Amino acid sequence: MMRLLQRLFGRLPIGWLQLTHNRMRFAAALTGVAFANVLVFVQLGIMNSMATATLRPYEFFRADIMISADDANALNEGENVARQWLLQAMADPEVTDGIGLFVTNLPWNRGEQDISLTTFGIDPARPGFLNPEIAAQAGLLEVGDSALIDRLARGIPREEAASIRPQTPLSFETKSRTLTLYGTFAGGGGFGGDGYMIVSDQTFLALFPDRRSTAPDHILLALRPGADVQAAVTRLKRLVSDPSLRIRSYADAAQEELAYQQTRRPTGVIFGFGVLIGVLVGLVIVYQVLSTDVADHLREYATFKAMGYGPRFFMGIVLEEAMTLGVLGFIPGMIVGSTILKVMATVTTLPLQVTASMAVVVFLGTVVFSTLSGMIATRRLAAADPADLF
Amino acid sequence: MQQEPIVDVRGLNHWFGVDTARRQALYDISLTLERGSFTILMGPSGSGKTTLLTLIGCLRAVQDGSVRLLSQELNGAGEAQLVAMRRRLGFIFQAHNLHESLTAAQNVMMGAQVHTGVPDALAEKASVHLLRLVGLAERADYLPANLSGGQKQRVAVARALVGQPALLLADEPTAALDKESAAEVVDLLIRIGKARGMTVLLVTHDNRILDRADRILTLEDGRIVRDDRRAPA
Repeated sequence: MMRLLQRLFGRLPIGWLQLTHNRMRFAAALTGVAFANVLVFVQLGIMNSMATATLRPYEFFRADIMISADDANALNEGENVARQWLLQAMADPEVTDGIGLFVTNLPWNRGEQDISLTTFGIDPARPGFLNPEIAAQAGLLEVGDSALIDRLARGIPREEAASIRPQTPLSFETKSRTLTLYGTFAGGGGFGGDGYMIVSDQTFLALFPDRRSTAPDHILLALRPGADVQAAVTRLKRLVSDPSLRIRSYADAAQEELAYQQTRRPTGVIFGFGVLIGVLVGLVIVYQVLSTDVADHLREYATFKAMGYGPRFFMGIVLEEAMTLGVLGFIPGMIVGSTILKVMATVTTLPLQVTASMAVVVFLGTVVFSTLSGMIATRRLAAADPADLF
Repeated sequence: MQQEPIVDVRGLNHWFGVDTARRQALYDISLTLERGSFTILMGPSGSGKTTLLTLIGCLRAVQDGSVRLLSQELNGAGEAQLVAMRRRLGFIFQAHNLHESLTAAQNVMMGAQVHTGVPDALAEKASVHLLRLVGLAERADYLPANLSGGQKQRVAVARALVGQPALLLADEPTAALDKESAAEVVDLLIRIGKARGMTVLLVTHDNRILDRADRILTLEDGRIVRDDRRAPA
């Protein structure tokens, strides 16, 4: 290791030698950096899972444009929209088709555990608005009180979900009706429910008699292939009579909900602060280790100054230490953070994991913030006055 | 042709503090140090020895008067120039100030690698050679914690000499050593200094080594009050 660093820096790796000289302190410093990494990984993992969970229901559908009420910040939030806007939108030459999308949460009393399923009501005769897995089973929804269930939903054993097929359906009672599950699709537990279910719009209206077919939660529109989505959005804003409606591309609607969940909902803000606190903890730990190290070696640094070593040399040593702590602290931090997320994912069924991009971001962040801490710590070097050695 | 002295000090004054706290430490100091000379600087505490040493050693900026070191004027020199000048000097301090996490050889290497472009292999070879000269070749891989006080100071001597300085400045290098170790260190400085034509300016209170000097300068209250030139022992 030392030879490698010596070749890398073109000088003795003093930072490395200094850090490793006191093994206990080095281990404690690495533990501190790793701890900060674990904090960041776990918080980022949760934030990332929130993003995945937020975007997941959007993957169930295929649409180019979504029309929602002005207060519909999320798929399952906000007022209904009038079906008449769908008819108005259809007047646009680029709009080829449209459906109303109904959504609300439905309880399922499973004896030992009540689960809540975010339930979408769609027109099964329009499979083009569904992702291929769901579209392939859309015909099953034509039967009244039939449903497709999320096989990854929290609270439903995997083997039980796997056994749900048209030949071996599973029925349960809810809202004074008996729903029969004929098929499954891949969803997963989220922050707003334990999983998802898809029913026909007719079944949805039967389950929720206070809802009207003329007032879905959202309107999904499909455009002619190759059409300019943003141009169509602009035209529709003029075409549809109600100016308060949110008319957005489907992709924008997903991203806007993600931003809403991450920055305006308490959960998102809390996890965001968690990341910030992890970064600050790491910054403080590295700074503390480095500034103590500088203070402990002031006489040696002053001696080097007297010998003719310049500011870049000292900056190099401190940054070498910062990088060493950052890189070596990252590895155990990622291993422990990843393990914690795996355990949490098993318990919560949330999509919690360390992704490659997350690992790269945390690694780069660790290096950057360690370097920043090192640069702050170098200020203490000014106290190493070689004239004081005499 | 007469060689220019290594150090040529003219009318040097120096003050510490500002306003009412301003206090003069050196008064109109003038001296020259010839190439290869071994000079001891003596004087009571507070007489200005260390101040003079730090000014000649480019560790402080010259305020008033002239200090020509290796033919370069230090009055008005910038920090970068002072740092560059220090690379041409050797320093030995009362405390060895060895880096605790570096071996003896690595500490000595630091003296060689201050000169940019010195390859590791050459620095290592020079360090081993110097450690052999100071009798510590077999201790090259020892950390300072595993060396005696005398051995540490000899490593510090090797570190100061490895860059082949034209001028060696030493501040009480024998103060913390027993008689035998002190004699060893001074012998080393004289032997290697003479062999290399190196000038040595050594501050000491140690009467045990006075008879080894070519010249003894005595400073009192910031003034040179005695300048004894002697035939070396």
